[in-house]
Amino acid sequence: MIKQSAAEMAQALAKGEVTSTSLTQAHLDRIADVDPSVKAFLHVDAEGALAQAKNIDAKRSAGEKLHPLAGIPLALKDVLAQEGVPTTAGSKILQGWKPPYDSTVVTKLKAAGLVILGKTNMDEFAMGSSTENSAYGPTFNPWDLTRTPGGSSGGSAAAVSSFEAPLAIGSDTGGSIRQPAALTGIVGVRPTYGAVSRYGLIAYSSSLDQAGPIGRTVLDTAMLHDVIAGYDPKDATSVNGAFPDVIAAARSSDVKGMKIGVIKQLQGEGYQNGVQARFDESLQVLASLGAQIVEVDCPSFEFALAAYYLIAPSECSSNLARFDAMRYGLRVGDSDGASAESVMNATRNAGFGHEVKRRIILGTYALSSGYYDAYYGSAQKIRTLIIQDYAKAFAQADVLVSPTAPTTAFKIGEKSNDPIAMYLGDVATIPVNLAGICGMSLPAGLADEDQLPVGFQIMAPAMQDHRLYQVGSALEGALVDKWGGHLISKVPALGGAK
Amino acid sequence: MAISYDDVVAKYDPVFGLEVHVELNTESKMFCSCSTIFGGEPNTQTCPVCLALPGALPVVNAAAIESTIKIGLALNCQIAPRSRFARKNYFYPDMPKNFQISQYDEPICFDGYVDVEIDTDEGAKTFRIEVERVHMEEDTGKSLHVGGATGRIHGADYSLLDYNRAGIPLVEIVTKIVPGTGKYAPEVARAYVAELRDILRGLGVSDVKMEQGSLRCDANVSLKPMGSDVLGTRSETKNVNSLRSVERAIRGEMIRHAELLDAGKKVKQETRHFQEDTGLTRSGRSKEQAEDYRYFPEPDLVPVVPDAAWIEELRAALPERPSIRRKRLQEEWQVLDKEMSAMVNADLLDIVEATVLLGSDPTKARSWWLGEISRVANEQNVSVRELSITPKDVAAIVALVNSGELTDKLARAVVEGVIAGEGTPAEVVTKRGIKVVNDDGALMAAIEKVCGEQAETAEKVRSGHLPAAGALIGAVMKETKGQADAARVRELLLGHLGQATS
Repeated sequence: MIKQSAAEMAQALAKGEVTSTSLTQAHLDRIADVDPSVKAFLHVDAEGALAQAKNIDAKRSAGEKLHPLAGIPLALKDVLAQEGVPTTAGSKILQGWKPPYDSTVVTKLKAAGLVILGKTNMDEFAMGSSTENSAYGPTFNPWDLTRTPGGSSGGSAAAVSSFEAPLAIGSDTGGSIRQPAALTGIVGVRPTYGAVSRYGLIAYSSSLDQAGPIGRTVLDTAMLHDVIAGYDPKDATSVNGAFPDVIAAARSSDVKGMKIGVIKQLQGEGYQNGVQARFDESLQVLASLGAQIVEVDCPSFEFALAAYYLIAPSECSSNLARFDAMRYGLRVGDSDGASAESVMNATRNAGFGHEVKRRIILGTYALSSGYYDAYYGSAQKIRTLIIQDYAKAFAQADVLVSPTAPTTAFKIGEKSNDPIAMYLGDVATIPVNLAGICGMSLPAGLADEDQLPVGFQIMAPAMQDHRLYQVGSALEGALVDKWGGHLISKVPALGGAK
Repeated sequence: MAISYDDVVAKYDPVFGLEVHVELNTESKMFCSCSTIFGGEPNTQTCPVCLALPGALPVVNAAAIESTIKIGLALNCQIAPRSRFARKNYFYPDMPKNFQISQYDEPICFDGYVDVEIDTDEGAKTFRIEVERVHMEEDTGKSLHVGGATGRIHGADYSLLDYNRAGIPLVEIVTKIVPGTGKYAPEVARAYVAELRDILRGLGVSDVKMEQGSLRCDANVSLKPMGSDVLGTRSETKNVNSLRSVERAIRGEMIRHAELLDAGKKVKQETRHFQEDTGLTRSGRSKEQAEDYRYFPEPDLVPVVPDAAWIEELRAALPERPSIRRKRLQEEWQVLDKEMSAMVNADLLDIVEATVLLGSDPTKARSWWLGEISRVANEQNVSVRELSITPKDVAAIVALVNSGELTDKLARAVVEGVIAGEGTPAEVVTKRGIKVVNDDGALMAAIEKVCGEQAETAEKVRSGHLPAAGALIGAVMKETKGQADAARVRELLLGHLGQATS
């Protein structure tokens, strides 16, 4: 039952073949079974999940009209506030904090009747690409438990790829949904900036952050995308307009006549052979389906990583200032006679991890008087150039494509002492965030050399998220036919009993 | 080493600049929907946004933008077609986000001016105060530092924080430096703040209560030697919370600077705090090491792009400028400068005008509000506006006097009754049985009675000694319990005693 897609589970629920309670219990059992080795969850809310499942079952038996995903379990990245449920953003500084309010994403999930199983592990404040920066220890990749699942939404990706949950919510500031989806052989989408409300999403970099859906199939991901997207008056950067029908796009699977642009700068040198091979193969598949493949030039992408590592730390240095021990979370050094300033210092010193401190310091420096123009100002100019590169490229192609990440999943500890090597892994995903557009990663197969999943990235212009699903479902359909099933069915069995 | 003010202005040329913070009277806060009502229990007017809970986001209050644009227009400013919010980063416990959302290099209004007129040795003179910018920001919470000698955070035993004020919309109005006012600097500054207060009140965008902090003024002052082009070092005085204090603070700082300069010392660039009791300032934090606020555009908010047509609508709906209105009313009402100033200073112009618009003649309206009613307010130690008497009541009383239904004396009793909450003037008249005795028969009876009792005096009048009539009239008035019209009594009395009436 847990190996089905969310769409299949939804049908079984609708037909009364299964109850949400039994479906939820099956996933809780699976978590109990495999999470000790995967460590995808920071907090499992069995009680809350079963209560919601029971509630949905009761509504269904009373004949109430329900959302198609009502009763389907889901894993929530710990960066989203959920009322009454511990929410830490992977940081010690928020240990024990229970939000008094729901993020808009959670409000929408609850309204649609989804069952939130618990909160998933992540790099602290979403800063990282391996989930190793979590203050609560790393998450392990179900494909190879000695490797990272990527990050920062590594917990969500690992939960979905290990069948602990059919769906998950992640957040993507520089690739934090797409890269872990790629490294764990599943589908992840970063929606257009402003398409999903950021209200209640603990901010890392406000101008880049975006929550998005993770699933095992393109259709599942579209169904979840549809639940969480929409205008929210509580988020001033939320898009107030017509939202494309992503579910219809995921069912259309037609790329005949579409132009698909391959970004010259995001392939070749620096990309693992197996990654490049699967990417090229996927292009051939798309061409065979009637798409036209063109090459596009995005020269400014060379500077994307540098711009990102100025903008994101700058914003984070300000966003994380609120963690000061005054109103919530950790408080250290509050002994008799300690000043407010010394308590703030001691708390922030004890509560933030190395990578978070590194980025706060970087950002503080970049915004300093006298350095602002050289750093933050220049980074914003690069951002404009990247937007212009995309505009030119989208004039030549309906969607753009690249490998999602230059490599397959790397070993735990392999890059954790080399931040630059870690940052380079985000080279293909970051331009999407800087431009505020949307991107998807879906499985392209296993790399020959290590038999680990390779991600294929699709990018579309702002508010054209349906194009991701249209092209993604076409490619997925052809590859699934070729493989005789979804790539995720090849993930090693974990745990014991089931 | 005391130096007189005259000596200061003989030797030095003062330059000042003013930053005025105005709390807008919007119903909700700048970036969330919490109430802005003053005086609530601590921390009851808060939410995830103004407490800066993780994940919470600001959304701009459209009413605050409208108020700010109105202010900008009233101050003759340009309105930016596009402006942005910025984050001003610094740590302080009463600021929940540890940054303040403000406007930095892109304010919503800029390049305006206010003309103020003051009396000088050469007669009335107008000074133009140039406004550099008007921008929006949010207020901080309030800290109460308990224990310790200074009431400041350093040395306190503990601190209490109230976030009710955190996020209240503030508008900051910054002048350019104001040169060339010479010895009138303190008065010009005061007149500017007074004019600003009147403009803001006229717009209805703020309570402008300096004593409650809804209008706060910071004054920058520097001196340069007479004839020099080089600006001196400035001090910034905070907590200047009344019009009188604006004048005193600037005068005080001019003298303090002059004393330092005369002694060959340097003025320190610093923040100073005004002490209401002494009229002096004391040193606050030094600004020698300028704080780096690391301003950058607020990424959680989109630029403010007001519609040009809407701006023109707001411009067309602006109320009359207070200075122009004062001139017009003075002309219409035919009152002296001194009387006009009395009304303005007592803050009674609006209420007098309202009374006049309801049909009262200006002189009587002014005299009631400024006289009897102000006296009662003083006695009760409240403001005139807090009394239950309205312009409508006063207009009704004036009408009753004009129609002869009340005498001035009786009218005072009616005013007293209305203030005591006994109802409308008509109701008070009925309830208290106040009535002018118009019945000539009743008056004649009283006159005959009095003339009988005081036959000697009556005889004097009869023989042409008219001043003696006063005593008789007084006695008749007493006899009729003050409800008679004294003029009618006089008329009847003189007729009765064979004297022609005039």
